[in-house]
Amino acid sequence: METETAAGGFAIHPMDQFIVRPLFSDGPVQWYTVTNVTLWLALAVLCVAALMIFGTRRRALVPSRSQSMAEMAYGLVHNMVEEVTGPEGVKYFPYVMTLFMFILFANLLGLIPASFTTTSHVAVTVTLALMVFVGVTVLGFVRKGPGFLKMFWVESAPLPVRPVLAIIELISYFVRPVSHSIRLAGNLMAGHAVIKVFAGFATMAILSPVAIGAVTVIYGLETLVAVVQAYVFTILTCVYLRDAVADNHH
Amino acid sequence: MEHQVQDVAEAAHGEAPHAAGMPQLDFSSWPNQIFWLLVALVAIYLLLTRVALPRIGSVLSERRGAITNDLLAAEELKQKAKDAETAYEAALAKARAEAQGIAADARAATDADLADAIARADAEIAARVAVSETRIGEMRAGMQQSVTEVATDTAAALVAALGGRSDGIDAAVASHVKV
Repeated sequence: METETAAGGFAIHPMDQFIVRPLFSDGPVQWYTVTNVTLWLALAVLCVAALMIFGTRRRALVPSRSQSMAEMAYGLVHNMVEEVTGPEGVKYFPYVMTLFMFILFANLLGLIPASFTTTSHVAVTVTLALMVFVGVTVLGFVRKGPGFLKMFWVESAPLPVRPVLAIIELISYFVRPVSHSIRLAGNLMAGHAVIKVFAGFATMAILSPVAIGAVTVIYGLETLVAVVQAYVFTILTCVYLRDAVADNHH
Repeated sequence: MEHQVQDVAEAAHGEAPHAAGMPQLDFSSWPNQIFWLLVALVAIYLLLTRVALPRIGSVLSERRGAITNDLLAAEELKQKAKDAETAYEAALAKARAEAQGIAADARAATDADLADAIARADAEIAARVAVSETRIGEMRAGMQQSVTEVATDTAAALVAALGGRSDGIDAAVASHVKV
């Protein structure tokens, strides 16, 4: 195995946690097969439902803890959409909220030991990023028609520079989904793999205190990363959405 | 391909298969992940838009309304309290003025009574003084007469004893006896 370290005694397989396995059979993974991905996606859905629906079931004027958490999440994303995208963007708030809640809970569930982190997979993040990219592009053309292309033509720059800028803007526009998706998957995958490597070192008695301390520290850091990456993904979604929704002012 | 590699590894180690490279780049699992992701996203979207978001939105606007109402009510109550305070102040001032009036009246009445009593006492004193003076005058007159009588008698007796005449004694006594 190429992931095994040269130290010989260690059997560290930091990438094993990312393997997609069927839950009920040993056969190949078909598109409909119920896998560990299915399980952890379902758990994410359940957690979202638990917080946002079960947590708010009493509709209290003075909120309980779970209700105020749900309200905080609502307020956070709602304000973000309103401030970053503008008042026109508020009607897309449910979509942004869906993305935020899914990524947040998928990230947090991934922190449970022996769990499967759905958002550490490029397949998932690329799908999410492409949904945003295609959505924003289609929305931009629907709302503004060919005027949507004006965002590549920087009016404030001197005329000779504009074609060059247009090419750069165009490239950066198409790089968006790549950076959008790789950022999320890369952050989570790297963090989880590092935790696994340190956990592998913990099998050696001398190293184990250091290794376990390191795992604890990185776990704390990963908790932060899980929340921050969900926030970053959402705020970038809002920024991209602004191009399609708001007036052409950068 | 990936599965074959994994199978080989499994056979070699006789345990659970290990990942060869990055499982993220095992494209054979992509359709599965994407399918279930879309299912999950649709589920979350429906849960949020059908139940959660309208509920939270209504709770938030309800709370905002309640807070606004409470603030208005508080403002109203504050105004009422201020009105009540003003009324209290006015009543207090009125009562104080009344009390002062009553005190002044009482003082005036007392003063009048006192002056009356003093005047009456003065009058009585004056009357008694007059009576006393009359009596003193009478007494003095009586005394003078007695003295004159005694002096006249004594003088007459003396004159008689000395063999003088008794005429002119009265005038002489009268001129000598002055009280």
